[in-house]
Amino acid sequence: MLPRLLDFTHALRAAGIPVAVSEGMDALAALDHVDLTDRAAVRESMAATMIKTDSQRPAFDTLFDLYWGTGRGPEALVESDERDLGVPVDADAFAAELGAALGSGEGAMRELARRAVALFGRVEGSPSGVWYSNYEVMRALDLNRVVAQAIADADDDDPLDAVAARDRVRRDADAFRAAVLSEIRRRMAEYRGPEAVASYAVAPPLENLDFLSATADLAELRRAVRPLARKLAARIAMKRRRSTRGQLDMRRTVRHSLSSGGVPLETVMRHRSPHRPDLFVLCDVSSSVARFARFSLMLTHALKSQFSKVRSFAFVDKIDEVTRFFEHEDFEVAVNRMNAEADVVWIDGHSDYGSSLEQFLEVYGSEVTPKTTVLILGDARNNYRARKAWVLKELGHRARHVYWLNPEPRRDWDTGDSAASEYEAVVDEMVEVRNLRHLQRFIEEVL
Amino acid sequence: MSPSSETPTYRFAGTEDVAARLAAAGYLTDEAIATVVLLAERLGKPLLVEGPAGVGKTELAKALASALEWRLIRLQCYEGVDETKALYEWNYKKQLLRIQAGGGSGWDELSEDIFSEGFLLERPVLEAIRSEDPVVLLIDEIDKLDFEAEALLLEVLADWQVTIPEMGTITARQIPMVVLTSNNERELSEALKRRCLYLHIDYPTIEREKEIVLARVPELPEKLADQIVGLVQSIRSLELKKSPSISETLDWARTLLHLGMTAVDPATVNSTLPVLLKFQSDIEKAEAHLSSGRASS
Repeated sequence: MLPRLLDFTHALRAAGIPVAVSEGMDALAALDHVDLTDRAAVRESMAATMIKTDSQRPAFDTLFDLYWGTGRGPEALVESDERDLGVPVDADAFAAELGAALGSGEGAMRELARRAVALFGRVEGSPSGVWYSNYEVMRALDLNRVVAQAIADADDDDPLDAVAARDRVRRDADAFRAAVLSEIRRRMAEYRGPEAVASYAVAPPLENLDFLSATADLAELRRAVRPLARKLAARIAMKRRRSTRGQLDMRRTVRHSLSSGGVPLETVMRHRSPHRPDLFVLCDVSSSVARFARFSLMLTHALKSQFSKVRSFAFVDKIDEVTRFFEHEDFEVAVNRMNAEADVVWIDGHSDYGSSLEQFLEVYGSEVTPKTTVLILGDARNNYRARKAWVLKELGHRARHVYWLNPEPRRDWDTGDSAASEYEAVVDEMVEVRNLRHLQRFIEEVL
Repeated sequence: MSPSSETPTYRFAGTEDVAARLAAAGYLTDEAIATVVLLAERLGKPLLVEGPAGVGKTELAKALASALEWRLIRLQCYEGVDETKALYEWNYKKQLLRIQAGGGSGWDELSEDIFSEGFLLERPVLEAIRSEDPVVLLIDEIDKLDFEAEALLLEVLADWQVTIPEMGTITARQIPMVVLTSNNERELSEALKRRCLYLHIDYPTIEREKEIVLARVPELPEKLADQIVGLVQSIRSLELKKSPSISETLDWARTLLHLGMTAVDPATVNSTLPVLLKFQSDIEKAEAHLSSGRASS
């Protein structure tokens, strides 16, 4: 057990989950208290001791399945298949069974996925030996057709029941797809060993995904950005509240002292009424940073819903205020309207930080006050145009803080047309924000 | 690892026992919750519970106290809680009265006197540690605490002791069962997390939510419960500002019951959606989604 647990711990660390030595020992201690034949209990006890954030759970589950499968090798797998599957069914019959079962819950889906992979997923005779394939399973079952049919069948006289039933079918279809993938991984681990499968099976946690290169699930990213935006807004507001320790309130101090015989033990301070800070967000939306721009806009949109005094601006080689678009609740609608209506291209659609910032200063500069925090999001790649760093310096004098979030790794700053360090010198701080973890660090440590 | 001289007494026989006793206290568990609660009790470690608002994190601590028949001591965290609110405070006013009363005693005697038990005001954490009877200590919304205050709790959670400079170190008479809850507004420190068992409670599955609704609103007809839970689960699959929590599902179930409904119809749903959803934009989204059934039929 112990060597397996150590291997598992190493695999977790390799997947970006930092498991401390003491946590590994806790996991071992916990196993004394659970029924070792109960897989779910073992899984939960390890999860409780070894992972400490929910975003690590998917990677944990994937690895758990690999390392704590039966581990008895291919022969045992084939044997148990022969025992469990009984009479083989053809794909159409199985698809019909699956269609009827859609909507009956995740447990049923896992069981069906297990059988589906055993029946249809096995590929033999390839040069690299036995293989299990998601493609084969989906081809045999034609899952999309099965789901469409099940949704049509779920139609009910009662319109509300129809909606609920349809959603249930969709949820189960997703669960089935995920279960097929996980069953395939489990089986591959029996043939190739868990290490070989782990190396490609685990997607890096969302907070480690690089904004510039990776294609994250957008809905998921949006969900993850929202709490960060709330923290960011809270951080900007909180600092202010803390720094407003006012003067001594004489009247209330004397009044308070009466309860301690006239000795003023506790002083009462007058609170300055907290004034609300405002936030200006400037996003580079040029196509060279398209993916990062998407994230910037998500952040802006999320900020807008948390923080009423946010004004947002988008620029390529011209700047335009886009606050009004972000008042719309739906992010996609907001972005589409912004793309259609905002006036951000002046000459050729290549980023020009210098003239965009200069325009910003000209048009909106008078509204930047000592209450304002300015947040600039972009890669500082200026296409060799005039950098005009003095503009930022001037902004820095007027605003409370100017921060710059740069999606490029620090080592790439100043290469090619990047003007990073020239701008860095005139803002309060320029930080590397390549993923959500960096953003979190910025919020917690810099702000 | 455990000393052989004394066999530890366990409060729960196993996960089934945990599930049964919490259910008797009105809290329905799933496999994960039951396992982690059992481990927290067996290993004597604090339990850090995270999850969206309204899934029953605080409720779990309350149910645990009532299942164990232990007293519940609660520390509600907010920004600005410090040791005088979490651990202990000296009763200045009483100390002052003692000094003014004088009584002819010298300073040494006096200072020993005014820094003794009688002048100490216990706050929740110290109270839990000094309690003679076993207690459940609930530290609610710990993510609202400042960084510094969080560090204060580390000594307690690691060594079960509180150090008071004037009096010395107070060690726990018994190890309380500690439940910390967090809405994840702020990332907690690694040190704190390492000391805890981690439990993430998410929105329940459709089956479990139905059980919860039926357990909490027993008068509800089963068919109506099916419909309610099915719709709530559909609404949760939308991308909303705030998804409906279990407590809101329960509110909705009670509302429909009071309206005397035996089955839900679109008009009633639309008029009662504000019970479930708290943002106008969410309500509009949900209405649009729920009426999409009509177009197809």
